[in-house]
Amino acid sequence: MTDLTQAQVRERIAKRLASRHRKEKLFRGLGIASIAFGVLAVVILFSDIISKGSGAFMQTAIQLQVHYDAQVLGIDTVDDESLAWANFSGVIRQALRERFPSATGRSAKRELYSLVSSGAPFTLRDRLADNPKLLGGSETVWLAADDDVDTFVKSLKGSEAGFRGRTSDQKAGWIEQLLGSGELKKRFNTTFFTNGDSREPEQAGIRAALMGSLFTLLVTLTLSFPIGVAAAIYLEEYAPKNRWTDLIEVNINNLAAVPSIVFGLLGLAIFINFFELPRSAPLVGGLVLTLMTLPTIIISSRAALKAVPPSIREAAMGMGASRMQVVFHHVLPLAMPGMLTGAIIGMAQALGETAPLLMIGMVAFIVDVPGGITDPATVLPVQIFLWADSPERAFVERTSAAIMVLLSVLIVMNTCAVLLRKKLERRW
Amino acid sequence: MQTPTLLALLLLLVLAVYGTGFSRALGAARSLGGVRNLASLPSYYGLFAALWCGLPALLLLGAWIAFDDAVIRAMVLGSLPDKPDTPSGQNLLYAQIQNLSAGHLIGEKTPQLQSAADYLNRLRHNSSNLQAFLSLTLAVGLAAFALLRCSPKLCAREKVEKVLRAILVACACAAIFTTVGILLSVLFESLRFFQSVPVSEFLFGLHWSPQMALRADQVGSSGAFGAVPLFTGTLMVSAIAMFVAVPVGLMAAIYLAEYASRRVRALAKPILEILAGVPTVVYGFFAALTVAPFIRDLATSVGLQASSESALAAGLVMGIMIIPFVSSLSDDVINAVPQSLRDGALGLGSTRSETVRKVVIPAALPGIVGGVLLAVSRAIGETMIVVMAAGLAANLTANPLESVTTVTVQIVTLLVGDQEFDSPKTLAAFALGLMLFISTLVLNFIALHVVKKYREQYD
Repeated sequence: MTDLTQAQVRERIAKRLASRHRKEKLFRGLGIASIAFGVLAVVILFSDIISKGSGAFMQTAIQLQVHYDAQVLGIDTVDDESLAWANFSGVIRQALRERFPSATGRSAKRELYSLVSSGAPFTLRDRLADNPKLLGGSETVWLAADDDVDTFVKSLKGSEAGFRGRTSDQKAGWIEQLLGSGELKKRFNTTFFTNGDSREPEQAGIRAALMGSLFTLLVTLTLSFPIGVAAAIYLEEYAPKNRWTDLIEVNINNLAAVPSIVFGLLGLAIFINFFELPRSAPLVGGLVLTLMTLPTIIISSRAALKAVPPSIREAAMGMGASRMQVVFHHVLPLAMPGMLTGAIIGMAQALGETAPLLMIGMVAFIVDVPGGITDPATVLPVQIFLWADSPERAFVERTSAAIMVLLSVLIVMNTCAVLLRKKLERRW
Repeated sequence: MQTPTLLALLLLLVLAVYGTGFSRALGAARSLGGVRNLASLPSYYGLFAALWCGLPALLLLGAWIAFDDAVIRAMVLGSLPDKPDTPSGQNLLYAQIQNLSAGHLIGEKTPQLQSAADYLNRLRHNSSNLQAFLSLTLAVGLAAFALLRCSPKLCAREKVEKVLRAILVACACAAIFTTVGILLSVLFESLRFFQSVPVSEFLFGLHWSPQMALRADQVGSSGAFGAVPLFTGTLMVSAIAMFVAVPVGLMAAIYLAEYASRRVRALAKPILEILAGVPTVVYGFFAALTVAPFIRDLATSVGLQASSESALAAGLVMGIMIIPFVSSLSDDVINAVPQSLRDGALGLGSTRSETVRKVVIPAALPGIVGGVLLAVSRAIGETMIVVMAAGLAANLTANPLESVTTVTVQIVTLLVGDQEFDSPKTLAAFALGLMLFISTLVLNFIALHVVKKYREQYD
């Protein structure tokens, strides 16, 4: 066995070489396949969300000739009180009956009335409040269509039958008739950006959730950035190397990997039950997210401080600056870009976080736009979670649209962080 | 006075005091013949006075805001001659009084309630007045004290720096307070839970149905708290996720570190990182509305029975989420392997893949294992994907096409919505949270330790 001639050895190597090269190719192929899998996941995820959600930025509306008939409305003058109980849906029903006189019988009429969103009376009320002279007169207005109509119209492409759902043949006929005469069209969905949550998909919007996210992030930023930077300064510039500092370090690294839902439990038990802060408030949400993002900010701030070369510190010390002056006058300004990048990334993380906020009651159904940090509010990711649970088909596209808004905000934030790092960070 | 106005007023006062301290120091310096005759720079005298003025007043204000509701509540309830004994009864009564004082009470109005509500209003009014008065007095008094102490010989800088340093230390301890807070909050509620449900039943029971009976004679809802189905569900979903994430993430990292050209690396890395930046609720939506139906249809077409909320869908999507996590951690450790090891292997005639498999990976193994452990702890603690895609039924099953539930899903379902804090149902969530916290803590601890040891090896 040991007495192989050189030729034999060469032959064996040549034989094995082919299989080794095959293995090499396979290995490389696996690597490429893994990258391709990841990229494919990104592409599928984004195209799925965009294809589902892009429809929500358009909203179907129906043109109607409305008479502000004082008798139907049941009011004589236009003032706050009379507007509050005036029968605007009666006006709309009348307009619909006039448009389709063929609809007789109770069930047909009910079908007819359900063409228009149940929020349409409020549109009329606002129009009349803005212009009291309309009372007794008439005008043509575009009113939001019901979500079933909206879904049906959006699914009509080419000659296909479209998604019917609860829409009957008769109703579909009306819709096609309106569509043919141009009295029904898709308009840009401003409601989606100006309204709060609603049980009716066509009236639901993300404004309240956006404001809630904004307030929550404000609380988070004002607390976590100063505290995180201060902690990083202490640990990096002052802390003696001892057991106590080690404990803090291990703690921070561990906290960075604790599941976010556990922070929610902390918020529930301490902030809500012990300190009796209001439930569902951005204040509590911000506090919980502060605790959650602190490790991220501390770790990135420490990295930024570490990147400042010791020569800067030594030079400042040599000029007679105190330790505090060295840090605050020289090191901190140089480390600031890195810290800001870390803060933006931490904020992006906080903006996308859902689970801990569910624990502290930010899942409540809240219609009003919050006006401050103690008002009940919800945030964008939680709104997405709530809508994803709703049975109406029209909510699917609104959920996707809200996701698109959330993702674009996150992309903007991350791009800012990357640009900031590129532009301001110095290589020493 | 409202708290925001008070804060603004305090801020103005602090600024004014800073200005005064600064200008007085400048004045003193002028009479002495220049700033260099002062013990500290003039701005430090300003800061010294400003800290004396602002800090104690802010601390007082903070403490007041934190405790005034509790104190007022105790005083109002104490003023009532006959009040309920149970905490929930007291809560109800106090809520009624609060509603009445805010002017919207539903229900009957007794004179006793009315007087309590009036008392509450009076106390609140007094409290806010007293708060404003005390904090402003404190601020002004201490500012005057500090300004009087300012003299050219006073080492203001040292005193200011001492205070600032104490603030830095306090901030650094925030992490410890957070950990202690988490521990205390889950531990206390868990202990209360284990008083009504034995630990052994919780850890080894096979049946989970946390509904408690509302009435004693109700049928079939006595509540069972055997958490084994939750643990197996969590493990199954995490295992599926790791099955996707570890090979893909590792191979991607190897390709990027060892094979890819600079351009491919610059392009592919950020794209993979996008997966890490997508919020989990988005993955949940994707899993529930796209992946789960797809898997169900696929399974039906090959003749298998799949639930529409399968463990497979949740695990698969969770795996996709964790890919960048595994790949970036492995990328770090692979890059930390010294180039000389690779050069040696290549010089002996091994192919690149042989170098990677027989030299680089064994050398990087501790780091990779640490990264995988961190990824496992993330998979266990991941919430939104499983809440939206994995279902609620606590099935004890090994079939990934069936629906399972996880620890995090149960925490969310038990705590979202109405809760009372003395029922085992709510407390069970904290016991589950304790299990979650302990298991992820152990995993993280081991992982961080391994990674740290590994780093030291090549540093």
